[in-house]
Amino acid sequence: MLLTVNDLVKSYESTDGRIPVLAGVSLSLAAGQSVALTGESGSGKSTLLHLAAGLDPDFGGQILLAGQSLADLDDAGRAALRRGTVGLVFQQFNLIPSLDVAANLAFHARLTGRHDAAWTAQLAEDLGLNHLLSRYPEQLSGGQQQRVAIGRTLAARPRLVLADEPTGNLDEATGDAVLDLMLGLVAQTGTALLLVTHSTRLAARLDRTAHLRAGKIVS
Amino acid sequence: MMRAGLSALLSHWWRHPLQLAMLLLGLSLATALWSGVQAINAEARAAYAQAASALGQDRLARLVPVDGDVLDQSYYVALRRLGWAVSPAIDGTLPETRLRILGIEPLTLAQNATLPGAPGLMSGDLVAFLAGRLAFAHPDTLASTELADQLPDLRLVPAEDLPPMTLLADIGTAQRLLKMDGRVTALLLDPDHPLPGPVPANLTLVQPTSDDGLARLTDSFHLNLTAFGFLAFAVGVFIVHSAIGLAFEQRRPVFATLRALGLPASVLTLLLLAELLILSLVAGTIGVALGYGVAAALLPDVAATLGGLYGAPVPGSLSLRPEWWGGGLAIAVIGTLAASSQSLWRLWHLPILAPARPRAWALASARSARWQLAAGGALLSMALVTLGLGSGLWAGFAVLAGLLIGAALILPAILATLTGLASGLSKGVLVQWFWADTRQQLPGLSLALMALLLALATNVGVGTMVASFRSTFTGWLDQRLASELYLTTRNESEAAEITTWLRPKVDAILPIVTVEAVLMGQPGDIYGVADHVTYRDNWPLLDAVPGVWDDIASGQAVLINEQLARRADIGIGDSLPLPGGALPIAGIYSDYGNPSPQAIVGLSQFAARFPDVAPLRFGLRLPEDAAPALADALQSRFALPEGALIDQAGIKAFSLQIFNRTFTVTTALNLLTLGVAGLAMFASLITLAGIRLPQLAPVWAMGLTQRRLAALDFLRTLLLAVLTAVAALPLGLALAWVLLAVVNVEAFGWRLPLQIFPADWLRLFGAALAAAGFAALLPSLQLARRAPTDLLRVFANER
Repeated sequence: MLLTVNDLVKSYESTDGRIPVLAGVSLSLAAGQSVALTGESGSGKSTLLHLAAGLDPDFGGQILLAGQSLADLDDAGRAALRRGTVGLVFQQFNLIPSLDVAANLAFHARLTGRHDAAWTAQLAEDLGLNHLLSRYPEQLSGGQQQRVAIGRTLAARPRLVLADEPTGNLDEATGDAVLDLMLGLVAQTGTALLLVTHSTRLAARLDRTAHLRAGKIVS
Repeated sequence: MMRAGLSALLSHWWRHPLQLAMLLLGLSLATALWSGVQAINAEARAAYAQAASALGQDRLARLVPVDGDVLDQSYYVALRRLGWAVSPAIDGTLPETRLRILGIEPLTLAQNATLPGAPGLMSGDLVAFLAGRLAFAHPDTLASTELADQLPDLRLVPAEDLPPMTLLADIGTAQRLLKMDGRVTALLLDPDHPLPGPVPANLTLVQPTSDDGLARLTDSFHLNLTAFGFLAFAVGVFIVHSAIGLAFEQRRPVFATLRALGLPASVLTLLLLAELLILSLVAGTIGVALGYGVAAALLPDVAATLGGLYGAPVPGSLSLRPEWWGGGLAIAVIGTLAASSQSLWRLWHLPILAPARPRAWALASARSARWQLAAGGALLSMALVTLGLGSGLWAGFAVLAGLLIGAALILPAILATLTGLASGLSKGVLVQWFWADTRQQLPGLSLALMALLLALATNVGVGTMVASFRSTFTGWLDQRLASELYLTTRNESEAAEITTWLRPKVDAILPIVTVEAVLMGQPGDIYGVADHVTYRDNWPLLDAVPGVWDDIASGQAVLINEQLARRADIGIGDSLPLPGGALPIAGIYSDYGNPSPQAIVGLSQFAARFPDVAPLRFGLRLPEDAAPALADALQSRFALPEGALIDQAGIKAFSLQIFNRTFTVTTALNLLTLGVAGLAMFASLITLAGIRLPQLAPVWAMGLTQRRLAALDFLRTLLLAVLTAVAALPLGLALAWVLLAVVNVEAFGWRLPLQIFPADWLRLFGAALAAAGFAALLPSLQLARRAPTDLLRVFANER
């Protein structure tokens, strides 16, 4: 298994005491598999994604990523795993504002040392970004920024893509095209995909769906 | 509406207490440095006014000799007999103690002349005063000097109204103390009695004026001080501008919401103005209180400088003056309004939804950046034009202001170009990102970097000036103080006895004679020097005719100091009017540390012109290693009083002490300015740290550790500090050149060669790095230790 989550517990401190978000989530994902993570707002979908990516070290239970227990890794170890194994697509795009589109697209791939100019160019074309390569993030629309964010992740050819509503800001046709790209990558390279979405239509296109409710996976 | 709006705006500061603290601290420090300097100036000027009003000098017209010499007392008697309502007065300084002696004749003095100590005179001490048994002095003077020991036959009475280091005595007593029996320096006129006839030919009428010579003489010094105070204030205002700009940036969504909810742009701007006024008054009050502390700490050194350099009596303690309390608050408000005007203007002119759109704000910022670059270029051009066409101290300061502000304004553009180039040239992805990110941080950091540039350039400039001055001054002292021992005798008979005893024991005895005189309309001194190889070999001549010393020895020419040459615009070949007839100028010599005009004639010429002045001081030439033994022998043989025999090293140490104290204040202000610039960087970095998380979080998420990001942030600040320091170097040298070649010439009357001290630059680079490192340490540590949940918030709108 590429990703194994066992009995994952997570809560946040607030003025009203601790608020449980995840209350014993278990999930596994093999290479080449795609899973849609659904649930209502506040159900803990993004939290689960962040924990799986090793962004938040504070959790109970077990997360195994590429055979390594995240709880046993220090900050540098988690960072190395994120760099080499995981690709993240954020809900808020989170492009690097000081770099232009071309540099943003290549950024993660170059960090991992897996930069492939031809593959990045192919992605830019597939995502309709060729005419935007010299622009800066602040000069793009929300949908354009999201396409760059997706391209940045795919360009690094990660073993696990964790995507937080990657098509939420895109029109239906572009959203479908983007999902085609991601699923194509899964099929070609054995990448695993965990995708948060509110769309049952998109979720139906993935191998299976995990639905979060009250901090637990119910289906 | 107003109340709700204001509370929404003020709530920002409750949520960002550190930003509020930085704003208040920056403004308080700026106000403190400015009002501190103003307090010092006000205190000194009040002291000059007090000094001038002693003897009613500023209220009574006087008759003084045309040639600036002293006046025989017989003139007074003759004029009184002719019906002139004149009163004799004498004003001189005891050279050993620098004590100013004022002598008056109370019985003939005008009724409305203000006399410090007069109440004491009226209550029965008049007889003792007239009999030479009583004199008045300021309580501080009585406490700090050993006057009572030196004047055992005088009863010294404290008088608060007298300036420091001044003794008021009966004219007979003053003449005796000054060894000027039968002579006076002025005849004071009674304003109630019109002049009975034309003023005698050898006298001139000096009308009362509120502008006394001391104030004019020290104006340059105070202007220097004011300029440094203003510079420190300007650097402080950079902090305020930075804090206010960032607060505006952070509150863009609030502005948009308030506007969307129906608050007009004018009301929003007014509310922000009210908020800033409240903040500036709070900070101004703190700043004025701090300024009092700064002034109290610096005033003793300023007093010593003014006393040592100009002989100006300034008390070493500070009194509270309402004018600078008010002035301090006003400058705080003005500084705040100036610092926030750009942000307010932009807010006023942006369309209703624009404040919430970063791009609109960024475009407005880009426009102001272009204006900033253009304004910087214009100021630099103005500085160059003023340098070529202007003259005088104000032109010098205009050049300095143009250079400093112009360079500061173009700094962000230079740094943006450099980082852009570096980004383009770098290969690795992290290095590329580092430079691109650095470039993006520039708008937020530019004000702090401009403040750092100003502080560093001022340090380089003033440091170079002081070091050049010290180097030249030390060499000059070696030339000027060539004699191994300097002897001051008490009277002519003692002088004769000692010189007879000394003659076989030394290589040469060089008499030093001097009189006070008016030279080209300014009070100064005339010296007589012997024809000796000591002067021929060592005297620091800047320019001279061939065979200058032969001309001086034969009494055919005069030497003048640089100050006199520059102020009177005279030089070699010109003629200098002197008591007893004019002489051609044969040479100009450097005379650092002396603000007054000076002339030197040969000893025989001096004796012919001033036959009453007996040589009482002597320079003794002998082998250097024999000096201590001879000094001991002189002391034991003649029981000389303390201070009568000074060795060369002693005078040099004293001169260097005066020199050092002269620049203590500017050095202190320099360091404070650098400290304020460090604080400006800290304020900017700590504020940026909060709003910069969205830029760092994606990089962290892609696999860079927080520690590495923090290290890169720290490195970025150091690099920007280094680049700023590199830019500050040529600017500082230009500043030093203007200070040495323009400002000092106007302020002090002498010009010094510019010397380069690279070791000092290295130290300053170290200081800049330390300031930047100190400023960046806490924000970097915060980033390294920040909880991951803070970074995660960047990615999520929900949990």
